[in-house]
Amino acid sequence: MLLSLVLITIYFREPASGGLHGVQSTGATVLRPFEVAANRVASPFRDAYGWFSGLIHAKDENADLRAKLDKVTAQVIQNSTAAAENADLKRQLHYIHSPDFPEDFAPITAEVIGRPPSEFNQQVTIAAGSGNGIRVDQAVVTADGLVGKVSKVTGHQAQVMLLTDPSMKVAALDLDAQAAGLVGHGQGPGTLTLDRVKKSAVVNPGDSIVTQGFKLGPLSSIYPANIQIGYVSGASLSEVDLFWQVQLSPRVHFDSLRSVIVLVRKKPGR
Amino acid sequence: MTINLLEPAKAALLIFVAAILQVTIFNEIDILGGYPDVVLLTLVAIALLRGSIYGAACGFFAGLLVDTATLATLGVTSLLLTIAGYWIGRYGETTGRDRLHAPFVSVAVATVLVQIGALILHYMLGDEVSARTVLVGALPAKVGLNLLLTLPVYALTRRVLALASPPETATEVRLLGQ
Repeated sequence: MLLSLVLITIYFREPASGGLHGVQSTGATVLRPFEVAANRVASPFRDAYGWFSGLIHAKDENADLRAKLDKVTAQVIQNSTAAAENADLKRQLHYIHSPDFPEDFAPITAEVIGRPPSEFNQQVTIAAGSGNGIRVDQAVVTADGLVGKVSKVTGHQAQVMLLTDPSMKVAALDLDAQAAGLVGHGQGPGTLTLDRVKKSAVVNPGDSIVTQGFKLGPLSSIYPANIQIGYVSGASLSEVDLFWQVQLSPRVHFDSLRSVIVLVRKKPGR
Repeated sequence: MTINLLEPAKAALLIFVAAILQVTIFNEIDILGGYPDVVLLTLVAIALLRGSIYGAACGFFAGLLVDTATLATLGVTSLLLTIAGYWIGRYGETTGRDRLHAPFVSVAVATVLVQIGALILHYMLGDEVSARTVLVGALPAKVGLNLLLTLPVYALTRRVLALASPPETATEVRLLGQ
């Protein structure tokens, strides 16, 4: 018991480069092959479960996706025309912009190998570390959207703090209402909220929420702009509230993360 | 005096396998907001079968493994599991070992107390934790899932620790000299 208390005290007080962190890093490296092996063994069973559970909702989901596809197809044509026009205008104006996602980032794809107890730590461990170019505070995404950020790095492993962690806040933008706010964890497990959205904005269910990627003087967001976060599932406003109460449904399924992409800037300091 | 290293090695192996399975597979199984804790189940089984010293040592080792594998604050899980292992071991040494309900009672009590202990410890370390999520959202499901897995984990641990049959108990009383 005393040893545990000593470990907590030293670990809590020492910097990330301290001796105990080093020992933990070495231990994590030793455990890594076992974790990867256990994940590989469990993978077919997970896939089988996912396949069967997917079948239950497949019909409803199919109809929903077909409706969305029709809507999105029309939007894609409009967007590609606007994007080409935008690129042309930027070139003509010699416009200097912040790093674009995904062009200005080198992706490092890593397998998720560990999950701490979920009620206390909304974090996952991935099988890539400083040896692969990963550093603290780099943004982590999947094909669906933003996952979180790198919170701790060892030689061959890194810890990713998920968006659902109570200490996470991300500057975000409601694309449809063009209203800025802060995304944080919600009341229920795996839910998010959008805070600090001004009363004057018009927020509607279904609005897409993306990272804002702001730059304010020397401060800049660690998340590149325009990474999908989720969509508005509910919004309410009372007379006494200063801001909207917005609930979000995240695009990423945080419970079933298999692999993630760490975004490493190609040109630091741009 | 010979020291039998086989038993501690078996217990350590059990804890190691349980910790690896916990961080890679079982933490992902979310049923009604909770997930089974096979590390705690294995620890309870070892402590009941082998006593408080084994319980405390295995608890410390298990916590160290979990914290190392998940890059969490070293010592937090160790502290909780060391105390849990010791007290379950004491219960086993005194009244609980031969009783059929002992593993179930131990698992239920240990799950609740470890969860409350973890909540207090994380709060004291400055982590943002929601008591409602931990105690209302996750705890009932966790107790239920742990109780469901108690019997298989206890039986497996008993088999690995080479205690396939229950310890001999007196079936009748015979007066000396007759």
